[in-house]
Amino acid sequence: MKCAVLFSGGKDSAFAAYLVKKIGYDISCLISVISENPESYMFHTPSITKVKKQSTVMNIPLLTQKTKGKKEEELKDLENAIYKAKKEFNIDSVVTGSIESAYQASRIQKICVSQKVECFNPLWQKDQFELLNDLIKYNFKIVIIGVFAYPLDRSWLGREINQKFIKDISTLYHEYKINPAGEGGEFETFVLNCPLFSNELKISDFKILGKKYSWKMEIELT
Amino acid sequence: MILLAQTISKNLHYLEFIKPIEDIFTMNNIEFESIHYNKIGDEEIKKADRIIISGTSLKDNEYLKNINKFKWIKKNNKPILGICSGMHIIGLIFNGKLKKQQEIGLTKIYFKKEFLGYKNELEVYELHNFFVESNKFNIYAESKKCIQAIKHKKRPVYGVLFHPEVRNKKLIINFLNV
Repeated sequence: MKCAVLFSGGKDSAFAAYLVKKIGYDISCLISVISENPESYMFHTPSITKVKKQSTVMNIPLLTQKTKGKKEEELKDLENAIYKAKKEFNIDSVVTGSIESAYQASRIQKICVSQKVECFNPLWQKDQFELLNDLIKYNFKIVIIGVFAYPLDRSWLGREINQKFIKDISTLYHEYKINPAGEGGEFETFVLNCPLFSNELKISDFKILGKKYSWKMEIELT
Repeated sequence: MILLAQTISKNLHYLEFIKPIEDIFTMNNIEFESIHYNKIGDEEIKKADRIIISGTSLKDNEYLKNINKFKWIKKNNKPILGICSGMHIIGLIFNGKLKKQQEIGLTKIYFKKEFLGYKNELEVYELHNFFVESNKFNIYAESKKCIQAIKHKKRPVYGVLFHPEVRNKKLIINFLNV
């Protein structure tokens, strides 16, 4: 199989890519849909320059597609990106990092049907604590770059996913129903290192924006 | 011991269609064996108290070429639950016919009679290109488009077209308590 991984730069799509490779499939390209809408229904909204750096250290080509991020238009833009990946990289399957969102998973399934490609969701229904523990076990270095739900505040930005993180998020899961892997959009992550990277990406600078319980950290990488 | 018969044809399907069912067993301390249908013989069937036949992906129709490997469904009287492609298989084994009908995503279905603890309206996760019709089964639930839940008229053989491991995990537990 020749796979394209829908890649946001965050932990779920990076772990999905890792599993695909571990099982023995070729990743022909990464597809990143760059949304101009920070409230996108479908897509994580990282800066393209950062995903490009990740694709470089993974030595996997990156195909990008801009979208205005309007509800149904962004699906057409994703379909267009998959169409381009078929033409340019001859892919026959698409891999996603969907865990729980039936909204996201079913829309991608429908696009794959119309593009006649297989759809793989290796994290589908995975227990979110199991996912966090797997990320640590397989040496993923991940930082929190956005928080969007009470009681997550500015102090969580830049934190690494480690055992202390799991302990703290577990408390919030029991007290406030915060999804431990942020599956409800409670937080966003960025992968600085994982077994697919040739070297670790380092944060050289950052800017923090937001208020109360909605904060983002814009990072610069070396 | 529960036997989970895997209908997948590719390794990568395991994580999406088999592991979520295995996780339900593990969370509930239920002893199980999870085996691909190609490797299921008399010994595996004999050890099982109940059998669940998994689903697989939309583009994976390999199991349809190998229906003869599921003859064991007819040869014993153990409770069996077929999920999606598993339901296609149990229907086909009992002289049913596959019909084209695609449904993807969250869908409302309607139970006419109680079925494994569920009745009235239910939201389920669908992922299929076909449904099955067989006059050996009673129909318990339908969506607006097709048959969703069946039970054999004389045997403890059940089928659901939707994926209970996604939004209706209790249905699997209820089947284990039949």
